[in-house]
Amino acid sequence: MSSNFSRRRHAKDATLKGLVYGSGVVVCLILAAIIGYIFFRGVPGITAELLTTQSSYVKDTIGILPNILNTLYIVLVAMAIAIPLGVCAAVYLNEYATNHKLVRAISFAVETLTGIPSVIFGLVGMLFFIQLLGLKAGILAGGLTLVVMVLPTIISNTLESLKTVPVAYREGALALGSGKWHMIRTVVLPNALDGIATGCILSIGRIVGESAALLYTAGFGLILNSFMTALQSSSATLTVALYVYATERGELDVAFSVATILMLLTFLLNFAANLASSKLGPKEN
Amino acid sequence: MNVFEIENLNLWYDSHHALHDVCINIPANQVTALIGPSGCGKSTFLKTLNRMQDLVEGVRIEGRVLFDGADIYAPKVDVTQLRKNVGMVFQKANPFPMSIYDNVAYGPRVHGMCGKAELDALVEESLRGAALWDEVKDRLKKSALGLSGGQQQRLCIARALAVKPQVLLLDESTSALDPISTGQIEELVGQLKQDYTVIMVTHNMQQAVRVSDYAAFFLLGDLVEFAPTQQLFNGPTDQRTADYVSGRFG
Repeated sequence: MSSNFSRRRHAKDATLKGLVYGSGVVVCLILAAIIGYIFFRGVPGITAELLTTQSSYVKDTIGILPNILNTLYIVLVAMAIAIPLGVCAAVYLNEYATNHKLVRAISFAVETLTGIPSVIFGLVGMLFFIQLLGLKAGILAGGLTLVVMVLPTIISNTLESLKTVPVAYREGALALGSGKWHMIRTVVLPNALDGIATGCILSIGRIVGESAALLYTAGFGLILNSFMTALQSSSATLTVALYVYATERGELDVAFSVATILMLLTFLLNFAANLASSKLGPKEN
Repeated sequence: MNVFEIENLNLWYDSHHALHDVCINIPANQVTALIGPSGCGKSTFLKTLNRMQDLVEGVRIEGRVLFDGADIYAPKVDVTQLRKNVGMVFQKANPFPMSIYDNVAYGPRVHGMCGKAELDALVEESLRGAALWDEVKDRLKKSALGLSGGQQQRLCIARALAVKPQVLLLDESTSALDPISTGQIEELVGQLKQDYTVIMVTHNMQQAVRVSDYAAFFLLGDLVEFAPTQQLFNGPTDQRTADYVSGRFG
């Protein structure tokens, strides 16, 4: 009886162990296959010409320099607005707001916003920034749309980080006669830096990888523009360019090269996020 | 001379009436110990003296707390100035996660001091005042979190001294320390009363006897008795005080 039971238990154990191992292996294989395939198709196409020129119908060449720059521009515009706004909003919610119901409502809204499909941000961005405010599709309208999209990420990461700053630090600062803002600036924010940095880097990652929200707000332009011109003229970022080259121009190899670059960027950003949270986190000595 | 004169102080946490009609005059340049069983209101009382109670939600305070003759709960009182004059050291050492030097310089910088020579002198003076200078003078730029518990607590005292307060509030500041560190802080408190008024909450009655000049016994939100320490412990006038100091409860 007991040996029968133990045999059954062993069999069950072995089956589950097999399933768990199998799932792990399958997931790793899928991941490796995708990465491997993209690199295999994309790496050969990454040439100096691709990276440093713009596409030309006349010469029949393809270059993605404008798209690299557009991605950079849009990151700059979106983060320049989203970081101060998001950090300040989180500080307000955590340090100043006294109406707990309101704070809970806002936190809930922020969490919900994080999960909304980005194409909806694109739609709202187009209606609000372009149709209502009269901006042209470009880096500015796209950047503003992305601000709305990444704010929840920055706010919730900052908020989490602010909550981990011990109350004892705040009390210590206030008991020395520090004003509230001074306390926040000198004791709270420096100790929340890891979360703020993580939120920002994740946001940059989302921006770099975003396409749906930009289709109608930043446009499809493949022409090299200066920063000021790009703000108000149709400018495709790398992801949008990938879409354009893959679907409209049938240049799948270029699309794979862009994909490779995007993947490397994503990897770098995730690495940076990990580094930021370990380097900037609370440390001793 | 009294540094604090408190008249009919009542305090509520929402509907809980935590302090009842407390009237007490706290003498300057003396060590006053607040004793009583847990939950009797002694820490609550201490935190009304530098308005740290303001941070607690749902707190309501009535009565008058006069510091140097001025009501600290009057409208338009500058709370930061009050807290500069009435420093506080907490139960658990709470140095900021920055260097030892920056910890001590934090308060003076808050109040606008920025000259390096001036700050250097003040940091040394404060660390000497807290009997910590000799142990840390070679590692001022190192993180304060690397210090031992007792050193951290003395650092917090140094940090409080650096803003030149008149009064130092100690909220069970030795309760988390080993006997040697406790002894060092008790000795320090004895020296501090030359220049400061010290008001300390303590659970440890021997400590109250050892270091305080006056003692106040709190029970269930009432100030039962306030007298010179020797008198309170040797000849209490209230039966409840007698029961408590002789160890019959609490």
